[in-house]
Amino acid sequence: MKDRDFKFETVSSMPVKDLYTPLDLPDFDYQRDLGMPGEYPYTRGVQRNMYRGRLWTMRQFAGFATARESNQRYKYLLANGQTGLSVAFDMPTIMGYDSDHPRAFGEVGRVGVAIDSLQDMEILFDGIPLDKISTSMTINAPAAILWCMYIATAEKQGVPSEKLTGTIQNDILKEYIAQKSWIFPPEPSMRLITNIFEYGSKYVPKWNTISISGYHIREAGATAVQELAFTLADGFAYVEAGIAAGLNVDDFAPRLSFFFNAHIDFFEEIAKYRAARRIWARHMREKYGAKDPRSWLLRFHTQTAGCSLTAQQPENNIVRTAYEALAAVLGGTQSLHTNSMDEVLALPTEKAVQIALRTQQILAYETGVPNVIDPLAGSYYVEALTNKMEEEAEKYFAEIERRGGVLKAIDQNFFQQEIADAAYQFQRAVDKKQRIVVGVNEFANPDEKLEIEILKIDPQIEKEQVERLQKLRRERDNIRVRETLDALRKAAEGPENLIPYILECVRAYATEGEIIQVLKEVFGEYKEKPIF
Amino acid sequence: MQRKIRVLVAKPGLDGHDRGARVVARGLRDAGMEVVYTGLHQTPEQIVEAAIQEDVDVVGLSILSGAHMTLIPRVKELLKENGAEDIILMAGGTIPEDDIKALKEGGYAQEIFTPGTTIEEIVDWINSVVKTA
Repeated sequence: MKDRDFKFETVSSMPVKDLYTPLDLPDFDYQRDLGMPGEYPYTRGVQRNMYRGRLWTMRQFAGFATARESNQRYKYLLANGQTGLSVAFDMPTIMGYDSDHPRAFGEVGRVGVAIDSLQDMEILFDGIPLDKISTSMTINAPAAILWCMYIATAEKQGVPSEKLTGTIQNDILKEYIAQKSWIFPPEPSMRLITNIFEYGSKYVPKWNTISISGYHIREAGATAVQELAFTLADGFAYVEAGIAAGLNVDDFAPRLSFFFNAHIDFFEEIAKYRAARRIWARHMREKYGAKDPRSWLLRFHTQTAGCSLTAQQPENNIVRTAYEALAAVLGGTQSLHTNSMDEVLALPTEKAVQIALRTQQILAYETGVPNVIDPLAGSYYVEALTNKMEEEAEKYFAEIERRGGVLKAIDQNFFQQEIADAAYQFQRAVDKKQRIVVGVNEFANPDEKLEIEILKIDPQIEKEQVERLQKLRRERDNIRVRETLDALRKAAEGPENLIPYILECVRAYATEGEIIQVLKEVFGEYKEKPIF
Repeated sequence: MQRKIRVLVAKPGLDGHDRGARVVARGLRDAGMEVVYTGLHQTPEQIVEAAIQEDVDVVGLSILSGAHMTLIPRVKELLKENGAEDIILMAGGTIPEDDIKALKEGGYAQEIFTPGTTIEEIVDWINSVVKTA
């Protein structure tokens, strides 16, 4: 029979053959290319027994409205069996504006929770023991400040910083490349990040001080190979920055973690994770001279692809998310967020979040998938694709090096243009039906009516948040606030580590906006060159 | 010869999700329109000023931050205040059906495109509403 009239390629436009055989793996060497799980080069996973030892952390990203409302949602998720928290902040918090700043108007509590000061952070974690729960915080440009607020909240609970577990995203390079939530120019941003590495290695040793993120690179339209290559290139840039700041690579590299997307092309995604581990291990050992095996490990969180979901027939998103979650688990992820079916439309409802979490639980407890370690190893297709991903990523590393490194390539708009091109090509393929999206350009219901509930954020919450913030400003010790901010300014003008100064500001209940303002005055602000 | 249609594509508010804005900007350019893209984090004031300076026929706002009920009416009001009511205002992004209805019926946005829209649909719509004399 003839093949269907269809372009057989991955979602990233990588051509695929009809059949894979040993001929596709001519030089395959088990020890060199795979090895045992928990051993260099970690292609088969970072732990010896993987999910037989411990299942991945089920970490649903959540946060909306005010600290009080988000605190309720966290308690709901924990009561439903979620095993870690993941905080979504609103746009003013992400961009370093207090809730009463004119630029925050209309955005407070919309896409995440509004956190202006330590007071909000205390409310957010009220009744949640920070020595028992690990928390991931999706925050980048102002990561140092929110991290200090978390440390100070734990102090108030009587939990020393040595006991805290969790992650701050803290990945500014991908902001310039894709997610576009920056505040300062790249160089002072990199300084804040290396300050966090240094402080964390001494005082918060169990904390992942960065989560180097491909997720947003992919969501902005990158292909799987671009996600892999650009994310690891960012990772190498942080390693180089840490070494340049005088740190020993083995002191901070074990606390670097990663965050990848799980898109809809099943095998391409699995190959991406396996290639990522192998590339990272090799570069860390061979190129950066890391001696501690923990520095070679690429541990990662995964989120299923928001950009693969559709506003049309939203229930189909449950199915998409389940396949993507399966790819993440077969790829050996350490933690997973499964998207809710309504995320294209609004922030998720409780019901939608519960289905998303149940999707992971069914995978973990019913399917038997986690019982065997890296079950796809030795598949001619998966190994050939893993090799191909690695080969293509190495081409990008060479191109980035030719351009003078990641910061220079950002300045040249290299990543931004590559991603814009890929996003445009993808959209054209969907428009021309060269790529089928079920319920959108094929199998659509013309008279579709939305039948799921949508979460609405009450505009009143902005008013309440602003009132609480202004009350705080009246009632706190404003002389102490001024002193701590002045001390921070002086430190920022010099070479010192800024974290202890930021901690003092936070403890005095200086607001995020006030701290950012001081740093902006010293560091300046970043402006992008818009391209399309 | 007919004058080319001029479009300003703008990202108001604080969110950085500009994939849609950039894809649409490029699609409109490839369809023969003159396109100005403002880049990110624009205030309504900056957008209206750019629209007037660039003498555009259409302003397209891309919003995924949930702030559409604040930002779209604000841009419309500023266009009015500056005597630029004839500029057509369209928007796109994650905007729920009820809000679309309110924004269109309130006369704030002439059309709103949600995820799943093709570039051709936007091109055809602009061609049908802009008179190129």
